[in-house]
Amino acid sequence: MAKTIEGLYYSESHEYVKVEGEYGYVGITDYAQEQLGNVVYVDMPEVDDEVTAGEDFGAVESVKAASDLISPVSGVVVEINADLEDQPELINQDAFGTWIMKVKLSDPSEVDNLLSAADYENCCK
Amino acid sequence: MTDKRTCLYDKHIALGAKMVPFGGFEMPIQYTDIVDEHNAVRKASGVFDVSHMGEVLVSGAEAEKFVQYIFTNDIAGAPAGKIYYGMMLHENGGTVDDLLVYKMADDKFFLVINAANIDKDYAWIEAQAKAFDVVTVNQSDIYGQIALQGPDSEKVMAECLGLACEDLAFYTFKTVDTEGETLIISRTGYTGEDGFEVYGSHAYIQGAWDKLIAHGVKPCALGCRDTLRFEVGLPLYGDELTDDITPLEAGLGMFVKLDKENFIGKEALAKQKAEGLTRKIVGIELAGRAIPRHGYDVVVGDKVVGTVTTGYNSISTGKSVCMAMVDIEYAKLDTPVQIRIHKKLQDGVVCKKRFYEKNYKK
Repeated sequence: MAKTIEGLYYSESHEYVKVEGEYGYVGITDYAQEQLGNVVYVDMPEVDDEVTAGEDFGAVESVKAASDLISPVSGVVVEINADLEDQPELINQDAFGTWIMKVKLSDPSEVDNLLSAADYENCCK
Repeated sequence: MTDKRTCLYDKHIALGAKMVPFGGFEMPIQYTDIVDEHNAVRKASGVFDVSHMGEVLVSGAEAEKFVQYIFTNDIAGAPAGKIYYGMMLHENGGTVDDLLVYKMADDKFFLVINAANIDKDYAWIEAQAKAFDVVTVNQSDIYGQIALQGPDSEKVMAECLGLACEDLAFYTFKTVDTEGETLIISRTGYTGEDGFEVYGSHAYIQGAWDKLIAHGVKPCALGCRDTLRFEVGLPLYGDELTDDITPLEAGLGMFVKLDKENFIGKEALAKQKAEGLTRKIVGIELAGRAIPRHGYDVVVGDKVVGTVTTGYNSISTGKSVCMAMVDIEYAKLDTPVQIRIHKKLQDGVVCKKRFYEKNYKK
């Protein structure tokens, strides 16, 4: 059974954001990595790229298929998880511990449009 | 139209397979994990349900003459028990299908065709057959078929199914009478590994499947069938061969015998060969890990010079590689090209289509 973590914000397209101050760490949920199977490549944005809530910012790929990554928040990318360049499988090992991008949030209130852990669990049923 | 189910459908469901539509059938794409299934075939053995494949029996006084007329390879003088790979072509040289021809007797041939093309192929074969003294029978619904693939296959065939096959050479077959029926067993496959394909009644195939699974053979699905065949450069109809792609463009000229008597499409291919190809399927290896997939553009400078036909991050080598149809001026080995992947251009270089060495037992 896929796990969720209290205190994170979730999207229906299976991304999460963990908010720390004015920054958000964005990744894919445990449910998403389970559905994908072995992650073999993560197409990441570049630092200084602008991302917009509801728009794609990259892709996560299994052997068979590429799935777009949809940003749950808007802002500017300040860091990407460089470990994923050589070890995309980290997402399978620990989806919530393996964020993909760190975003300086342009509108922190956007997270109010996202789901709580409990609501997200219902949405995966 | 609902998709058909093979005689092993219930087994797939019981094993928890993820099912997808493929070639008009509901087929398993993976049981547990494509990577594990792929590696089982490369290192030990795995069993595939390939009952969706089509079978057409051609018999009669002019059976050989007819097969020669519709098939690109040359079966003249072949001994019974021999198998040939080749294509059926349109007059313009485009490919109707790629197939195996099993020579059962001088007047009897067994054609194994792709699931997605069964209706198209059989209609086409029937139309061509009118001018010959032959009878064609579509036996696709009669036969179940499993493929046991991997270096341990010969041992598993003997120990688990009681089918001794050390006498079978690569690309030959034999018939075996067992459990009140006659099986067809061939040393063939679609993975680049040693292995066998067994054709039998639905009941026999269901029983054999259960025995193999109980014996610990890994059930393997279409997902890894594609990654395995791709790594050794084998074409898939729909990707590397289509109604619009000739075998010469696909790099399969060795299965086209332009020096044999007439066959459908021969004139077009002879002309294409004489004039020179304008495009060709090549291999491309990328510098990074981004994954080229079917339909992505191959780019040189600001010009699109081709299209990816199949691509993966190769499970056996870890490299991101693909087959692609490119304009002939970019088909030379070591030509630098780029592939557009998620809006970014990724650097690559033209290479051989064989990304992993075949391991056949010949």
